This record gives sequence, structure tokens and C-alpha cells, in this order.
Amino acid sequence: MNNLIVYCEIEDGIIADVSLELLTKGRSLANQLNCKLEALVIGSNLDGVEKQVFPYGVDTVYTVDDPRLYPYTSIPHTSVLVHLFKEQKPQVCLMGATSIGRDLGPRVSSSLHSGLTADCTALEIGPHEDKKNNKTYENLLYQIRPAFGGNIVATIVNPECRPQMATVREGVMKKEIYDPNYKGEVVKLDPKKYVSDADFVVEVIDRQMEKSKANIKGASIIVAGGYGMGSKENFDMLFDLAATLGAEVGASRAAVDAGFVEHDRQIGQTGVTVRPKLYIACGISGQIQHIAGMQDSSIIISINSDPNAPINSIADYVITGTVEEVVPKLIKYYKKNSK
Amino acid sequence: MSLKIVVLAKQVPDTRNVGKDAMKEDGTINRAALPAIFNPEDLNALEQALQLKEQNPGSTITLLTMGPPRAAEIIREGLFRGADGGIVLTDRAFAGADTLATSYALSCAVRKIKDYDIILGGRQAIDGDTAQVGPQVAEKLGIPQVTYAEQIVKIENGKATVKRRLERGVETVVVPLPAVITVNGSADECRPRNAKLVQRYKYAKTPSEKQGLSEECLKLYEQRPALNLYEWSVNDVDADLTQVGLAGSPTKVKAVQNVVFQAKESKQLTAADNEIEDLVKELIANHTIG
Repeated sequence: MNNLIVYCEIEDGIIADVSLELLTKGRSLANQLNCKLEALVIGSNLDGVEKQVFPYGVDTVYTVDDPRLYPYTSIPHTSVLVHLFKEQKPQVCLMGATSIGRDLGPRVSSSLHSGLTADCTALEIGPHEDKKNNKTYENLLYQIRPAFGGNIVATIVNPECRPQMATVREGVMKKEIYDPNYKGEVVKLDPKKYVSDADFVVEVIDRQMEKSKANIKGASIIVAGGYGMGSKENFDMLFDLAATLGAEVGASRAAVDAGFVEHDRQIGQTGVTVRPKLYIACGISGQIQHIAGMQDSSIIISINSDPNAPINSIADYVITGTVEEVVPKLIKYYKKNSK
Repeated sequence: MSLKIVVLAKQVPDTRNVGKDAMKEDGTINRAALPAIFNPEDLNALEQALQLKEQNPGSTITLLTMGPPRAAEIIREGLFRGADGGIVLTDRAFAGADTLATSYALSCAVRKIKDYDIILGGRQAIDGDTAQVGPQVAEKLGIPQVTYAEQIVKIENGKATVKRRLERGVETVVVPLPAVITVNGSADECRPRNAKLVQRYKYAKTPSEKQGLSEECLKLYEQRPALNLYEWSVNDVDADLTQVGLAGSPTKVKAVQNVVFQAKESKQLTAADNEIEDLVKELIANHTIG
């Protein structure tokens, strides 16, 4: 009772990275809260799935195994969570801010009347004082997220309603094994008690999933372009530089919204969080929501014609100049000096 | 089959142009201080509605928005592009709502509309980026949802076939109606305003906008019902006061910060050849590249 539970996504029998990242974070939060870390896996053919999650410090893994529960559809998974949460009364529930978590979370929160905060970039535990009602709360989950297009960062709390629910994007938290020999308990839940036949109203008739073309999350060098690149054609220059350096091309939200590059290259609060050893920001002004997704890069180079671009303050090297001038020179001198 | 379509839309501050007085002391947004636009993905949803209307003659599109009285601006914008009518859900009691209180209010309004086959909306709004309101409305109404929709492929035998665009691919689902469908920015762009419709609807007004008009003028509105936009209050939609607005919101804003990132001591360079070459050499020497 009153534990911390992570909804684990599963695709082809493999628990998603974002879920393992949340288990890692969940373990440390559970230690602070002095409660158990629980994992919930819903799908088909789940025998042995516990082996994937125990090393992250999971005390209890609930499985709900039924061929109709994979692939994911909204209402059956919602039913499982709603029923289980009514029984177990978890104090915190975390899920990935993916197309599954962002479909499921709000549905569950609406049913339970519990607060849900989307796309958190940090989760902490702390007290809260409600001055209006003269009440104090201990050990609430601080759900911290940029809001308002990234122009502010808000700390959200759910003082009264449980569970306190939050979604987090892939890559925001770090995945780390807690103890390779950690052993928890497996609780197999009977699907019949948690889902009714009437829940299966949506039929998936076709699925074509592929590996993402861009692998910016795992790249050690990223060349990223912003709205300042001006056009799709100008991005070609960044692809040239990336090919030369063995890098991936990333982009700010403004550049993606403008249609310069595809969405899976977006870095920042509404895209992917990255930590490469070198980040070359080209024509990126540096909205908070972008910086939040790349500030942990080891070395940051900013190329911008505006010497006062906000991103310059977190850059190790600031090159004041146009991208058109600087990028070809980077290519030229890299070719000249590398063996 | 003719469809009764409701499009949920939101007037949002253009978050690309945010000034200093954008936030109020209680941590909620001071919308009055900002340029307001039709939320981009809600326009994608409207386009899907317009396509359905073309394919299913006799269909109607009702826009539903919650916000201050000025949100009527986006209803007119929708009429200019082909919607048939609209409702602004507006009441001081709705102010400060989080996504759950918002979806409760919207679901009350949809219940009052009563007759609906399909509820469309953008996947998310650019001021909050939460993507929560669509699914929360669906749950409150007890109907299925399809999120991340890119195209409503067809409607047949009371079921919609919908193509969804997910992170790593495409999924096609069949959902029985009525249902809530939220539409991605990757869907077809909304058609532009139609000049004839602009002429027809430019004087469409809500009751608050008609305040102060002459009696003669008001008579004209009685004669032209299509120019009357609706405003609904908490009472109009029979909403429970404890479930709307700030009071009905389980999430509370504890703190709001303008975050300052840890500034680094930066090396300043120009685009001069020797400076770029020195930088490249340095990065090669310390094994950052190469």
C-alpha cells in the first residue's frame, strides 16, 4: 500500500528504455519516501519479464498477461490501472511521456480524479504549505516541468489526490542498474478481474513500427540547427558537417515546426534529451525548453550571428558569425587536420 | 451518413512571443497580456472535421472552446474556414483550471450538446503541451479515444478507421463512434479562410460582444440566427462548482521560476579562418572529434 509504481511499456517482449529510466528514478524516490518500488507490466507472453526489471531495484512486479492486451489500446490498460490503484492506493505513479503514457495517463487520472503532470524534467520529494487552507503536507512529489513554451519552469504538487501521477520523456532520467542480484516478488494478476470484455472496443488493424531513423539520443557528437538556419536547404550544410564528423543532426523545436527537418530530430523538452560529448548549436537562440534538453553536453559550441543569443551563456565556445560562413570552415579545417 | 462533429479548440497565447507580465502571482498565466492564436493542432483537427463534412453531406461542425469571452475570436476564425457554429464556455468560475477541471467543464458542455458522433481536437496545445484534455474528456464521457491521429481514413457502419502517427511508426485502428479523436500536427494543414465565409460571418457575435449594440442592430441578429455565437456558463452546462476552476484542480502550482542556467565561462571566437582552425585542432587534440 502507498507505494511508488511505474507503468512499464513493452514492445516485442522488451521493456522500454524510458520505463527502465523511470524505475531508476523511482528507486531513489522510493528510498526517500521509505516505500516499495513497484512495476506494472501489461501485455502478452510476459513470463520471465521480471528479470528485466528486478536489477533496477523493483520490490514487486505486477503482471497482467492476456493476448488481447498487446498491442496497447487505451481502455483495457486504463481499466487495469484504475482497478489496481483502487486496491493498492499507490502514492506515486510514473509513466513514460510517450504516445502510450500520454494516452493512458490522462485517462486514468480522469477516472480516479488524480492530478497528472506531463513531461516532467525533474522529480523531487519535499514538503508543501497551503497557506490559504492553513495545511502542511510532507513528502509530496514535486513535479517540475517547463511550461508555457519553455519560458518558465513550474513546480507542480498534488496535495490531496492520489496517486500523484507524472509522465517523463525518454532520456530525461538516467538508466542505472541498482543491484544486478536484486530480487523482488512477482504478482500475477488475473486479467478477468481487471479488464472486462466490453473494454476491447478499439481494434488495431495494422501496425508498422520501425527503428527511428535518427539516433540522436545515442550520438556522441550532435550538430543541431535552429530557426536561424532559415531554410530546409541550409540544413544540408549541417548534414555535411555531421557526415564529416561522424555526428547526428538535431534541431530545435522552432526549426522542426518550421519544417526544416523531421520531428524525430527534435531536441529539448518536447523532443529528446541528449548528453553528447560535443554539441554544436547552429543558429539556435536557446529557448529554455531547448537548453533543458542539451545542457548536460560535455562541450557546447554555439555558432550565432547574435553575440547575445541566450544559448551563448552556457556554451564553452561562442563563435560570433553566420552559419553559412563558419560551418564550411569547420568542414574544411577538420578535413585538413584530421588523419 | 451525416455526422454531428464537435471540434474542441483553444485560444492560446503565442508562446513564441512572451513578455515579462505573462505570469500572475498565483502562478497561472495572464492570458490578457499576450497575443492570442488558434491553437495550431486544433486547426489540424478542424481540417479533419471539414474533410469529414465534405465526405458525409449533411454533417455539421460545432466548435467548442473554453476561455475568456475574447476566445470568440477563434470561433469566428473557424467559421471563416467552414465550421457551422460555435460555443464559448466562459465563466469566472472556470478560471485557473488544470487539465482535469478543464476536461470536466468541456465534458459537461459536450453533454449539453448531447447529439454528437465524433469529438475532434488537437493532440495538445502549445501553451501547456500536456496532451491530456482529449483523453480526459473521453473518459469523463465514457467513450473511446484515439490520440495521435494523422488521418481519419473513413467512417463506415458507425466506426471510424483512423491512422495514428506514433514515435516509431504508424498504426491503424478502428474505433466505434462516438469517440474522441485528437489530431497531430503532422496531419493535413487547415485550409485557409474562405472569402465568402468571411463575408458571411464577420459580424457573428457572442452575447457579450453584442452588448451596447443598438436595438435595430440586435433585431438584425434575431433575423440572422447563424450570426449568433453562444456563451455558456457553469450553470448553463450544469457543472458542479467544486469540480471546476482552480478549486476543482487536483494539481497546484507550487512555484514558478524563470530558470537561469549555470553560465559557463565561454571562449569567444570570430569566424576568422585562423580562429576556426585553432578550435578544430584543439578539439582533435583532446579527442573530442576525430
